[in-house]
Amino acid sequence: MQTQPETYNDKLVRQFTAMTVVWGIVGMAVGVFIAAQLYWPALNFDIPWLSYGRIRPLHTNAVIFAFGGCALFATSYHVVQRTCHVRLAFDKLAAFTFWGWQAVIVAAAVTLPLGYTQGKEYAELEWPIDILIAVVWVSYAIVFFGTIVKRRVKHIYVANWFYGAFIITVALLHIVNNLSIPAGWGKSYSVYSGAVDAMAQWWYGHNAVGFFLTAGFLGMMYYFVPKQANRPVYSYRLSIVHFWALIAVYMWAGPHHLQYTALPDWAQSLGMVFSLVLLAPSWGGAINGIMTLSGAWDKLRTDPILKFLIVAVSFYMIATFEGPMMSIKTVNSLSHYTDWTVGHVHAGALGWVAMISVGAVYSMLPRLLGQERMYSVKAIDLHFWLHTVGVVFYIVSMWIAGVMQGLMWRATNPDGTLTYSFVEALNATYPYYLGRLAGGVIVLAGMFVMAWNVIRTWQQARDLVPTPVMPPDAASAHA
Amino acid sequence: MSHSHEKVETNVGLMAVLIAVAVSIGGLAEIVPLMHQAEAITPLPGVKPYPALELAGRDVYIREGCYNCHSQMVRTLRFETERYGHYSLAGESVYDHPFQWGSKRTGPDLARVGAKYSDDWHVTHLTNPRAIVPQSVMPGYPFLARTEVDPDAIADHMRTLRTVGVPYTDDQIANAAADMKAQADPDNAGTDAFTKRYAKAVVRNFDGKPGTPTEMDALIAYLQMLGTLVDFKLYNEKANLR
Repeated sequence: MQTQPETYNDKLVRQFTAMTVVWGIVGMAVGVFIAAQLYWPALNFDIPWLSYGRIRPLHTNAVIFAFGGCALFATSYHVVQRTCHVRLAFDKLAAFTFWGWQAVIVAAAVTLPLGYTQGKEYAELEWPIDILIAVVWVSYAIVFFGTIVKRRVKHIYVANWFYGAFIITVALLHIVNNLSIPAGWGKSYSVYSGAVDAMAQWWYGHNAVGFFLTAGFLGMMYYFVPKQANRPVYSYRLSIVHFWALIAVYMWAGPHHLQYTALPDWAQSLGMVFSLVLLAPSWGGAINGIMTLSGAWDKLRTDPILKFLIVAVSFYMIATFEGPMMSIKTVNSLSHYTDWTVGHVHAGALGWVAMISVGAVYSMLPRLLGQERMYSVKAIDLHFWLHTVGVVFYIVSMWIAGVMQGLMWRATNPDGTLTYSFVEALNATYPYYLGRLAGGVIVLAGMFVMAWNVIRTWQQARDLVPTPVMPPDAASAHA
Repeated sequence: MSHSHEKVETNVGLMAVLIAVAVSIGGLAEIVPLMHQAEAITPLPGVKPYPALELAGRDVYIREGCYNCHSQMVRTLRFETERYGHYSLAGESVYDHPFQWGSKRTGPDLARVGAKYSDDWHVTHLTNPRAIVPQSVMPGYPFLARTEVDPDAIADHMRTLRTVGVPYTDDQIANAAADMKAQADPDNAGTDAFTKRYAKAVVRNFDGKPGTPTEMDALIAYLQMLGTLVDFKLYNEKANLR
């Protein structure tokens, strides 16, 4: 009797991919709306659930955990199956991670506008949702590592090191920073207070960037850049060195969010020193990604997906150069509390995270649907230019606004008094808030082009036949 | 080196353990010592747990996400102390669960906003910020004046805070609902008892309207307290000469 060949679990990857596009549009649309509120405050309408303070967390949670999260789930599940030559472990648990994660996102979208919040940035969600996140995340770890355990090749591919580190560390960060005592279903108080809470929060906040928004997406880079360029990773040795350096050093850099505050000095200095050191492993990874194109640079002319991936890595280099510079206390005294920080974050989030995710989706989706390529390659190119122009508009506006605010806040007259009132600096920012809004609208327009292209590609795929697992090369298989 | 790494990249258990070790050290080295450093955990003279009404105001502050645009952290820089007053000290926020130092100033710092403006100013400003500052981008919060604070929930909140280390007394928790009304109403019979429980707390009709305290009362009570607890005139600079 012939046994059925094992097939990849592509259905789950398709589900997460579709939701990546949906949540990307939702999260960025909310971003555009709050950007508009900062230019036309009447858009708050005096309605509690539409006011900026409640829906700015909705924007950050939606783009980080819904858009970024779904992209990470989709690609990690895709990559771990393809590189381990095995079907994803535990079908039912894997399906639970999809529905559980969507439930988290919907719960966030309902509770945040209603004002249920822990009041800690990027950790706003209240304790019942936090528990659900922890359960989904542990299931994710079991599925991901379970798949690696039953792999048919000896070596664990480098992309999976990064995805694995991201999964382990996010669990640690989430649990430690969200420890709190409930005071009812929708209210809790953090077990930490004051300076200790500040340190725990920015240890979490910075490493949410370092692991959720960096390590996981480096995993994406290590699979999709070589795949799309059809070249091997530039340097195996560099990937080992920068992997361990990156994950160890990142965890020390949090206090750079608290320079010149009441956090004890030794912690501030540690944060600055480790942030500067972090430049090396960050660029190590970026160089490894970009140099993978050696001998295939000409493909950038014809392949807009590769353009997305490589420009993403370039924005990663910009943001990881800028970050260490901003952690230097002298620079930080100017940049902190200003829109420069907002610009920096978006160089990372829109430039690096969104572009590598979008590139990965364009690269992966046709294969998941049994197609040669996306419905329209021209539309990918259009999306690339819209996104790039939008991001540049956004971050340049925020750079100028931030530096200007920092300079106006510190300007003094010859007699030592302050030159400007606070609101004068805000007033001077208005044109740049409009520029930022324009950038955001252009990026969002690109996302709609993507949605159209994804829908058309999906419509072409009539009968989806499960793809059989590809057997590994004899040389790399388990002995 | 590539050779020795072979062990790690062919053994998922070993790799997971090494990752867990590598990512744990930074947090352990930076967070745990702070939990034992006096400067970070000792309240300064004058810093006391918030009375019920101010705590309710702080809950409103957190609910509305004020921290998205306002810091409560004056940095140790001259232009900061010039604009906002004495730089913030860690001992001022030891009872703040969670901390509200913030990370962005679309609006000004609020660490020392207490007693800077009148209650009337705050009522008008919170109801329609542009009535006072035409260029402001702050949302209006007229609904706070229409919403009464829930006097029943606050004792639970204080009890929860006590489990995480805020030293509320049994007396303070038992009288939480009464204290809330007393602090917002100088004619209230419970005012004397309230001021005994909270020595320096300010009793005023913050929103200027009679009746049960509103969220406007609570938020303004909280804002008017910010930065007023520590008397920096008491600081003796000579005591630290060495």
